[in-house]
Amino acid sequence: MATTKDLDSVFLESVCSIPDGDKIYECIQCGTCSASCPTSDAMDYSPREILAALRAGMLDRVLKSNTVWRCASCYSCAVRCPAGIPFTDVMYELKRLGTQYGLYPKRTPNAVMVKAFMESVDRHGRTHEPELVQKYYLRTNPLKFLSQVSFGLRLLVRGRMAVLAHNIKGVGNLRKMMAAIEENEAT
Amino acid sequence: MTGSRDRVYTYYPGCSQMVTNKAYNISTKSVARVLGLDMAELEDWNCCGATAYMAIDKKRALVLSARNLALAEKTGRAELVTACNGCYLTLNKVNRLLAEEPELSMQVHKALDAGGMTYDGTVRVRHFLDIVVNDVGEEEVRRHVAGPLSGFRVASYYGCQLGRPFGELDDEEFPEIMDKLAGWLGAEPVFFPLKAKCCGGLMMTTEPEIGRKLTGKILKSAKQQGADCIITCCPLCQMNLEAYQDKVGTAIEYDCHIPVLYFTQLMGCAFGLKSDELALKDSLTPVEALLTAKV
Repeated sequence: MATTKDLDSVFLESVCSIPDGDKIYECIQCGTCSASCPTSDAMDYSPREILAALRAGMLDRVLKSNTVWRCASCYSCAVRCPAGIPFTDVMYELKRLGTQYGLYPKRTPNAVMVKAFMESVDRHGRTHEPELVQKYYLRTNPLKFLSQVSFGLRLLVRGRMAVLAHNIKGVGNLRKMMAAIEENEAT
Repeated sequence: MTGSRDRVYTYYPGCSQMVTNKAYNISTKSVARVLGLDMAELEDWNCCGATAYMAIDKKRALVLSARNLALAEKTGRAELVTACNGCYLTLNKVNRLLAEEPELSMQVHKALDAGGMTYDGTVRVRHFLDIVVNDVGEEEVRRHVAGPLSGFRVASYYGCQLGRPFGELDDEEFPEIMDKLAGWLGAEPVFFPLKAKCCGGLMMTTEPEIGRKLTGKILKSAKQQGADCIITCCPLCQMNLEAYQDKVGTAIEYDCHIPVLYFTQLMGCAFGLKSDELALKDSLTPVEALLTAKV
């Protein structure tokens, strides 16, 4: 089993492999990313700190915090970074690594949500929102589901809630492609 | 409008427009019809993957968008048009990745091949707002205005993923094309500094305390600028801004009630289309009452 130290170098390599990912070495710690981020005040570690942690090989701690999953993918940091670091894409890579290695706090709301989203798309070829929302609440806080009932009814009376899921015709075809890309990965 | 003058585009509605935000789909098609745009829906399209899928598995996410791009290429038309910011960015981003990352691209092509598809990279992804403003243009849009929306103060909200990160269509932080369009319709665009700030996206569901704060700032700013309504070009932003105004108001201690509509609904009203053609009754804010009073 890989030690934390090994994982940190795996993480660093992964982040550097995304397009322009190696620009993380050009970070001057100016904090423009943190100041531009709409959710940094709700993060355990700010975007600037994540870059520092990444380079210092302390990423394990960052991934186990709430930080990465509170990135809303607004790209404000990415368009403002004076070093041209595609920080939103760095966050995506960290989300993927966190998922892959199970390194995020249990029941992290956004991590649970994206997983439910993926399952819905894999199953139908498109998202089926009621199923997605139901799964999300069951896996996070089932009691909160009740608070959504009145909202659901407001949508329902306006014909804005899908009762049945729509499966695309090519769902089998899509699954074949997904199997092929997984296979590719394994070889 | 005669058939021969119609411009044909391949249209990608996106998942949320099928039911939850069907008003956007309906109103998009209605104004397209008036403008002589033939929006031919991409046959058997699948989810683009949005921000969510990319957060779990990059390669699988690429396959999702690649299948749509391959289907679009097969139609022989060069442009794939969507009215959803999320779909617009995701399809566009994957299209770029396939062109820029040869190794990854090769794997995706193999996967497409396993499903009997090919993609040569010829499709251009565009937003419906771009089509209206840049292909149709001012003169033609103005020509269709039946009842100008004079004295109608509009805050244009663009969200994040129309302009960022590529800035192809407009400025990344202070876009103007929707304001321009509102002006052509006879409405008065208000100065709106938060027009491209984040609404919180999925967080309105997953982290409501964060979502409400972000959405609250946007709604408050629009109201402080004296806007009669907010128009948007993104279904998720529209939902976040319209659906939780009570709770958002409580959270930021400010009355946040304001009608929120799609820019296509505003266009349709100026064009004299009927309420049903724009699905105004779908709205959770009093859009219909506002428009009836103003037009």
